[in-house]
Amino acid sequence: MTAELTRLGASALAEAIASGQSSAEEVTRAHLDRIEAVDEAVHAFLHVSTESALDQARAVDRARALGDAPVSRLAGVPLALKDIVVQAGVPATAGSKILEGWIPPYDATVTRRLVEAGVVILGKTNLDEFAMGSSTENSAYGPTRNPWDLSRIPGGSGGGSAAALAAFEAPLAIGTDTGGSIRQPAAVTGTVGTKPTYGGVSRYGVIALASSLDQVGPCARTVLDTALLHEVIAGHDPLDSTSIPQPVPLVVDAVRRGQADGVAGMRIGVVSQLRGKGYQAGVLESFDAAVATLAAAGADIVEVDCPHFEYALAAYYLILPSECSSNLARFDAMRYGLRVGDDGTASAEEVMSRTRGAGFGAEVKRRIILGTYALSAGYYDAYYGSAQKVRTLIKQDFEKAFTAADVLVSPASPVTAFAIGEKVNDPLAMYLNDLATIPGSLAGIPAMSVPSGIASDTGLPVGLQIMGPALGEERIYRVAAAFESAYVAAHHRSVPDAAPELEVGVR
Amino acid sequence: MSSVLPSEADEPGPTLTRDSVAHLAHLARLELTDAELDLYVDQLSVILHSVAAVSGVVGTKDIEPTSHAVPLTNIFREDVVRPGLSRDAALAGAPSAENGRFRVPQVLGEEQ
Repeated sequence: MTAELTRLGASALAEAIASGQSSAEEVTRAHLDRIEAVDEAVHAFLHVSTESALDQARAVDRARALGDAPVSRLAGVPLALKDIVVQAGVPATAGSKILEGWIPPYDATVTRRLVEAGVVILGKTNLDEFAMGSSTENSAYGPTRNPWDLSRIPGGSGGGSAAALAAFEAPLAIGTDTGGSIRQPAAVTGTVGTKPTYGGVSRYGVIALASSLDQVGPCARTVLDTALLHEVIAGHDPLDSTSIPQPVPLVVDAVRRGQADGVAGMRIGVVSQLRGKGYQAGVLESFDAAVATLAAAGADIVEVDCPHFEYALAAYYLILPSECSSNLARFDAMRYGLRVGDDGTASAEEVMSRTRGAGFGAEVKRRIILGTYALSAGYYDAYYGSAQKVRTLIKQDFEKAFTAADVLVSPASPVTAFAIGEKVNDPLAMYLNDLATIPGSLAGIPAMSVPSGIASDTGLPVGLQIMGPALGEERIYRVAAAFESAYVAAHHRSVPDAAPELEVGVR
Repeated sequence: MSSVLPSEADEPGPTLTRDSVAHLAHLARLELTDAELDLYVDQLSVILHSVAAVSGVVGTKDIEPTSHAVPLTNIFREDVVRPGLSRDAALAGAPSAENGRFRVPQVLGEEQ
């Protein structure tokens, strides 16, 4: 029975708990048992909060016993929290040695909203250090492995959250997306993940990477579960000055509409620039099949041209290092985190320099140096300034495209999961994994990845990216739900349900 | 694969020397080993060469820069006291604390 509980989605679990068919404690224990059984192999979690998770679950059960209505549509459902979002009293590392052992003294707004909604936080998931990477290999605590093939990467930076879903360790997860860190891991693990409109979810209590790009978002194995989580975490927060003062989009209704009415009459744009060179054959094949599915479901397919997307990656790798070099200046060995070389004679500056040298990994150091260069006197206009202008051109490409189409689609990742170690010594090759997701990040629009199928050349999952205009979350969820329904109808099961069982033997 | 990025192979383009990387690392208060310096000079030069194309794209064209995707301005709040961390909570994560304060290494060196 407990093994079956981990195969259920969040909405089914919430119903089982609300009806008394299962207790929240039973559901939480089933997932903690699954983590204990498979996480040595997967390494999705950096910390498992067994006691506080069980406490949270028991509180949900007590409220039900008293006759209280569930506090949310996800009350009692377990979740995996990316270890860049802080939770009071629970270690937070951001995947870095510089924060090893740090216990945050406060909750992120997202954490608070989850707890208030009765969502049970199982623990903190692995990520590339400070969310810089596309494979989790940049984590100072070792890589996460893809449940579809343990010798392969689960994407990044949110590889831990995505792998936790694909390994049935949790039905819900939180990710953060700066250039694709929710969508690319979702694509390569066969799960669902959404990057909301920039400012759609509060970043208070989220360790900053690039402040003009970072966004928190929901992840799950189905579009409906992702939408349910989206509504719990989204909405205006006065503690984040970039938070949009708008009502939470009604994405759950949009999912129901997509399931019932499909995409009839919707215009779906295929971006010419987001296919072809650099994209794996099996990915393109799955993408073309997905477009055909949407067309068969009644959508008008149009081709759209976004000529400046060609320069998106270049602009991104100037903007991101610039902003991260500034944001990571806060890790100075004075108020929290690691301190190295404080021998009584070294100056504060020397201690700072030694600590940062010892505490940061290679990719973080590369980006800090690049950002310091791009922001330095004499180069600012040529690099950071120009990159911001390219960003304007990309935004304009999107604006034009959205006059011709309601949503845009592309592959979410140019390739399926690659082998651990394959790209680790070639930073530029690693950056190309975010080819399809970066334009949407620069424009700040909502975008999600939903599994489009299994690649015929590698046997690994492929993600379909669906992008909408700013605040257009309802449209992308509708299309995602319609596609998912059509896929399940044709294949008799969803992509995540085809993930390997991860035989763990008798315990 | 790197051909997907625009490159300026025919132009001299920006270059980074070992000294300039060492200088940038110093500006960023980042101690690097000799081996790291050797590795990063090459890697950063390749990356910089690829991303430098942005200045060619926009040239001298008059384009408004985008700093934030969804710009918001003038975010105000009431000028009232809000609860913050207690002193103990603020110091709990400090690498070193003394007498209820953060203890830091000497800020000025001997020669200063």
